[in-house]
Amino acid sequence: MDLKFSNAEPFADERDAVDRLLGAGDGGWHGGQRDEEDHRRAHSGHAARSQRHLVMEALHAVNDRVGWISPGALNYIGRRLSVAPADVYSVATFYALFSTNVRPKRIVHVCTDIACMARGSKEICAGLEKQLGPASATNGWKHSPCLGVCERAPAAMAVEAGDPPHEHLIGPATVDEIVLALNEGPAALAAEAPPVMAVPQAGQEGLMLLKRVGQVDPESIDDYLTTNGYAGLRRAFDMSPGEVISEVKESRLMGRGGAAFPAGVKWESTAKQPATPRYLVCNADESEPGTFKDRAILEGDPFALIESMTIAGYGIGAERGYIYLRGEYPRAYRMLRNAIEKARERGFLGADILGKGWSFELEIRRGAGAYICGEETAIFNSIEGYRGEPRSKPPFPFEAGLFGKPTVVNNVETLCNVPLIMQMGGAEYARIGTEGSTGPKLFCVSGNLVLPGVYEVPFGATLGDILKLAGGVPEGRKLQAVLLGGAAGGFVRADELDIPLTFEGARANNTTLGSGVVLAFDDTVDLPGILLRIARFFRDESCGQCVPCRVGTVRQEEALLRIAHNRHDAASKGRDVGILRDVGLAMKDSSICGLGQAAWNAVESAIDRLGVLRESR
Amino acid sequence: MNIHYPGGPAVTPVKQITIVIDGEEVSVPEGSTILTACNAAGKDIPTLCYGDTLTPKNACRVCMVELKGSRVLVPSCSRKVQPDMVVMTDTDRVRHSRRLVLELLDSSVDLSTTPRIPEWKERYNVDSDRYGKRASESLTRDVHDPGEHHAGNGDVAATMCQPIKIDNDLYVRDYSKCILCYKCVDACGTQWQNSFAIQIAGRGFDSQISTEFAAELPESACVFCGNCVEVCPTGALSFKSEHDMRVAGTWDESQQTETTTVCTYCGVGCNLNLHVQDNQIVKVTSPHDHSVGHGNLCIKGRFGFQHVQNRKEDGGS
Amino acid sequence: MLVFWGSNAREAHPIFFHHALKAIHKGAKVYAVDPRRSKTAEWADSWLGLDVGTDVALAYGIGREIIHAGLTNKEFIANATSGFDDYIKKCEPWTLEVTSRETGVPAELIRQLAHDYAKAERAQICWTLGITEHHNGTDNVRSLCNLALLTGHVGRWGSGLVPLRGQNNVQGGGDMGAIPKNLPGFQDVGNAEHRAKFERLWNVTMPPKYGMTLSEMMHAMDEGHLTNLYIIGENPVQSDADSAAVGKRLENLDHIVVQDIFLTKTATYADVVLPSAAAWCESDGTFTNSERRIQLVRKALEPPGSAKDDIEIMRLIAERLGRGWPKQTAEQVWDELRAVSPKHYGMTYQLLKERGGLQWPFPDENGPESPFLHGRLWEKDPAKRGQLAPFGTPEHSLPVDKLDDEFPLRLTTGRRLTDYNTGVQSGGFNSPIRFGACVDLSPEDMAQLDVNEGEWVRISSRRGSVLAPVRKEPGLRPGLLFMACNFPDEVDVNALTIEANDPISGTAEFKATAVKIEKTNEVPTWERNLFAKLDREKQDLVPAK
Repeated sequence: MDLKFSNAEPFADERDAVDRLLGAGDGGWHGGQRDEEDHRRAHSGHAARSQRHLVMEALHAVNDRVGWISPGALNYIGRRLSVAPADVYSVATFYALFSTNVRPKRIVHVCTDIACMARGSKEICAGLEKQLGPASATNGWKHSPCLGVCERAPAAMAVEAGDPPHEHLIGPATVDEIVLALNEGPAALAAEAPPVMAVPQAGQEGLMLLKRVGQVDPESIDDYLTTNGYAGLRRAFDMSPGEVISEVKESRLMGRGGAAFPAGVKWESTAKQPATPRYLVCNADESEPGTFKDRAILEGDPFALIESMTIAGYGIGAERGYIYLRGEYPRAYRMLRNAIEKARERGFLGADILGKGWSFELEIRRGAGAYICGEETAIFNSIEGYRGEPRSKPPFPFEAGLFGKPTVVNNVETLCNVPLIMQMGGAEYARIGTEGSTGPKLFCVSGNLVLPGVYEVPFGATLGDILKLAGGVPEGRKLQAVLLGGAAGGFVRADELDIPLTFEGARANNTTLGSGVVLAFDDTVDLPGILLRIARFFRDESCGQCVPCRVGTVRQEEALLRIAHNRHDAASKGRDVGILRDVGLAMKDSSICGLGQAAWNAVESAIDRLGVLRESR
Repeated sequence: MNIHYPGGPAVTPVKQITIVIDGEEVSVPEGSTILTACNAAGKDIPTLCYGDTLTPKNACRVCMVELKGSRVLVPSCSRKVQPDMVVMTDTDRVRHSRRLVLELLDSSVDLSTTPRIPEWKERYNVDSDRYGKRASESLTRDVHDPGEHHAGNGDVAATMCQPIKIDNDLYVRDYSKCILCYKCVDACGTQWQNSFAIQIAGRGFDSQISTEFAAELPESACVFCGNCVEVCPTGALSFKSEHDMRVAGTWDESQQTETTTVCTYCGVGCNLNLHVQDNQIVKVTSPHDHSVGHGNLCIKGRFGFQHVQNRKEDGGS
Repeated sequence: MLVFWGSNAREAHPIFFHHALKAIHKGAKVYAVDPRRSKTAEWADSWLGLDVGTDVALAYGIGREIIHAGLTNKEFIANATSGFDDYIKKCEPWTLEVTSRETGVPAELIRQLAHDYAKAERAQICWTLGITEHHNGTDNVRSLCNLALLTGHVGRWGSGLVPLRGQNNVQGGGDMGAIPKNLPGFQDVGNAEHRAKFERLWNVTMPPKYGMTLSEMMHAMDEGHLTNLYIIGENPVQSDADSAAVGKRLENLDHIVVQDIFLTKTATYADVVLPSAAAWCESDGTFTNSERRIQLVRKALEPPGSAKDDIEIMRLIAERLGRGWPKQTAEQVWDELRAVSPKHYGMTYQLLKERGGLQWPFPDENGPESPFLHGRLWEKDPAKRGQLAPFGTPEHSLPVDKLDDEFPLRLTTGRRLTDYNTGVQSGGFNSPIRFGACVDLSPEDMAQLDVNEGEWVRISSRRGSVLAPVRKEPGLRPGLLFMACNFPDEVDVNALTIEANDPISGTAEFKATAVKIEKTNEVPTWERNLFAKLDREKQDLVPAK
């Protein structure tokens, strides 16, 4: 391509960071040293352009090393990967964890999202403002959407760019700790709480998905093997790929990411496609506010996901899988990298797995702060090195997904049911839970509860059961409302605790399970404030592609702000609720993807179900 | 014309697909979009981001129609017809969605040079003032901090309003008028020009068509083909000649003629539409349905007309 | 597969390249053969940086490799070609090693191109002036034709030989008989039957004598046979090689008439200047593009002052010469052509308008169009196949302007995206991406000369010497210089070039000049900055940020 770059050159550490990812540049035409061969030959065609998918990793490399992406570094990435600088810039400016503005090496991202808001993030921010000045990258701290550490709310993530970079999730965070992380670096902090801390049930009899969390060393493949690890894969290898799919179909496993689509149907329609190669993508971009169940598995039992994906790959005939992991999960990233390496060493990944004559490779791709990348087609764009903008459907992923090829996208939790299904058989598995919702289910229980955490129950438990498991609201407080399914979900009242938390039960009660979020708010919580935070979240996370969502989320937030600032003016409040309804309906009807379509759900349910912001009558 | 040449692509008869639009049957060739079918049925569907030379981006959502069996409305510009589809183009739901899309755009973008907007505003009862006073010019739209924004108190409605960019003598970028339809990006990218000078930068409402680090166009990869201006639906991109005349108040389309001729600058034979006012070429466009250029030109074809206007009356230069 | 050989279509034919890009995005492989790594080469899967003027050698090397690898299209060669045995013999010495040594291209790349081209389902070789502007330009073209014959990549859908025309209507000029031996519609002046048709139409007797090529005219001027010249829409004083020599010839002529839309440098030599309307926007007519598509040109503007339409000027001259030609519209003139040219007969103005142009041959109003030529070579019936396509056996011959110790560097010329020919048209608008006149040097040569971008150097050939500022161009290798021909008023590049003409086409060897280069403190009077962008007047511009 005839690319044009500005004169900005990369600094040595920026160049080194990129070279370490990509290897030294090959000749002068693509960023390396110009030599005599370059006078007579160049190869800048399809092969050079096929590296686009490495853009995100290259941006991570620079951002992790120096803390931001300078014009010189951007040029260098473009040269190395044959991508135009405007394109690299467009990707870099899409993701919240990347910066194209100069900023200090140490940054603390302070979660101000709903779960943390219910547990004091406002006070933390007030304290930080006093000590450090207002939130801004230059002051070293920023507001962050949900970091997925809701069980330890309020949470923060301290980052220090360098070689190697340091990333550290803090929870519960204090002002002092955050200031310490900024002054002395994240290394000065006390060790992160072990993964088991997210799972109050850890060690209990009968757990299926969480059975190893806290019970084995998540870095040891031997531990995994001695706790029935890879039994599922061995069982799968006794079957043909078609039989594997049949078992999954028979299990009636539904997707756990939020859309609740039957996994077996997805697999089957993908496997039927004549086009190859096929791909498997694990959606580990767990970004729905209030969701942290996948993190518990990834940190506490990473091999389970590797095994699950290997089985899925075998079933659908994919020889390559991608784990798209959210950028805010540094420990999960370390655990997964280790697990993949160990599995490869032992012949559980790579060529000819277990002598079966079948190969499977896994790659991790890190997100960089974009909720939208959890959308099943936005995830493809992000992996391919583009902005995480959802694609228009049809075509659906099973027809044309990653790199335009047939693709299965499954959530971490969904996949981790697969070894169980292999071992038990689909029919046996389907006996767990209810008719419409089979198997065990993880719930992310947080907010004002005594024992927040990830809870595993067979499908069928009611909302009340789950809250009881988590110890209920603290002594002396009263439950005000529960948010089910996260920011894209909906509120239910404190008197609706008998709602069965099954797909069909939620549907019957006009609410949603979403990603399994159960976020409880007691009577101390300012619900209109929570609504504002949700509106702010969608406004910040909208990719901007379609008008209803791009502008609609702005108008939704503005209307809520006006209501918050004019509480006593009933007439204008009525007008603003009217705007909320009008805009909400247009977003729901006409947005490209689920983000916009669901951006008004929570506000709508708060108005109609809880009576918050009730119009004047 | 569908003629089969030896070794060439096979010519197969195109199947007709019949769908129902607002209760009436319409047949269109397989592979057509609902929009094509609607046009064939005489429906006037508003479009903004749709371009006849570009792959539909589905970004503006003004062409949405109701499709029986679909949970949400569908974009008519990109959804392909399938047998027995039942489409409704003017239900309350459709009208609501179109009204809102137009309100959301009109309250945030300067649509004063977008064709047909007044007509559509009336048709769909658009009331874009209800979102509040429009925010004034922002000087920071080219600085990107995705995932963050200053919320304010809802007193003003956020807008795209920003300073106009005039950094060269050939064309002007007035992004206060930009609806982020991606057409210029697609025309500059793989669909036509492959120069990749501009892209969407930033995220969400803070997105902005931009070069890398908002570099001025002459410093960017721009080759000034003007193929982005050709497809811009709102006048956010305009030729400097047009811009200057609009500023001077002399731009008058009713006094202009449009003549198709052939470019003089190489052997490719691109067609030019010369827009002439007072015996002066005031802008050059290119026919979108022509097999040579499909509406595209290079810098010489687009802007190289000036020499005939630099001649003195005696023919000298 | 696309081979761009001596063609920088990305800059010189941007909209043609759009079509190539469509193919590239669908997976087409691209090779670029060019001394420079041009912007076209930057899109290539492989760029082969050959030495200037070694195209014939490289083509033989590729041909030999195709033959030795058993990748020829044997059936096509047997059915449709002649002279294959002689061609084989001629190829034989050009082993990969020998070819590599002669051309500078790594042997492996020659092999790859040969194999990919021969194996491709469809392949096109596109060329431009990099092939033709040589003393042996015709031989270069024949060498490329040989490769197409060898592999059957001709006369088929998607395969072929694609000469990209540099001028808007150079093909049309040929269509209309502006070739010394042709009458309109490619009919031979020497053919009595063809002549008779025109004689009947025009009621005249025509001498069965071929005209002169441009280079023959130059020669005739030197010899004193040619004393009067009528120049229409051409600026030879700036566009032809060895401009000093051209100027001298014009000075010695008895009478010169120049018909042009501008008072060009050539017009300053004229006794009579006839101001004409700009054909593309001030008069009606047709142009023929590179793909033989005839398209309507329409009048959009009134020409200034006394400038007149070309047809009208001709008519008035005929009138003064005592022939009362009727006033004719462009369409009437076109219909006159249709009456005598079977290739054009089917193309009425009405059809040209409706169809956005048509490709000849189009003998019948009912079509079909002809998207490619030479399809007859694939006919099963030998009678329909017609005359066999001959392999050529040109000799490899290095550029006339030899490199030596005094003139050790190779200068090649061309045009840039934003500029065109001598700049009389493209100079009319203020392009933000115009570099202006400069000499492009490789980074290595710049280091060797110890010059920075923007510094002045003196470039001299055996014929002349010019000053130009330096521009860095990594697409060049040490010893190879590039200059654009578009700014003759600032830097008269053709003061350097050599008038070594191809004997058949008459084209001069613009692409290969032996030069030397010296650092200098001189600055010419026209003092322009190197980059237009640097001297852009910014005061009236609103800043971007």
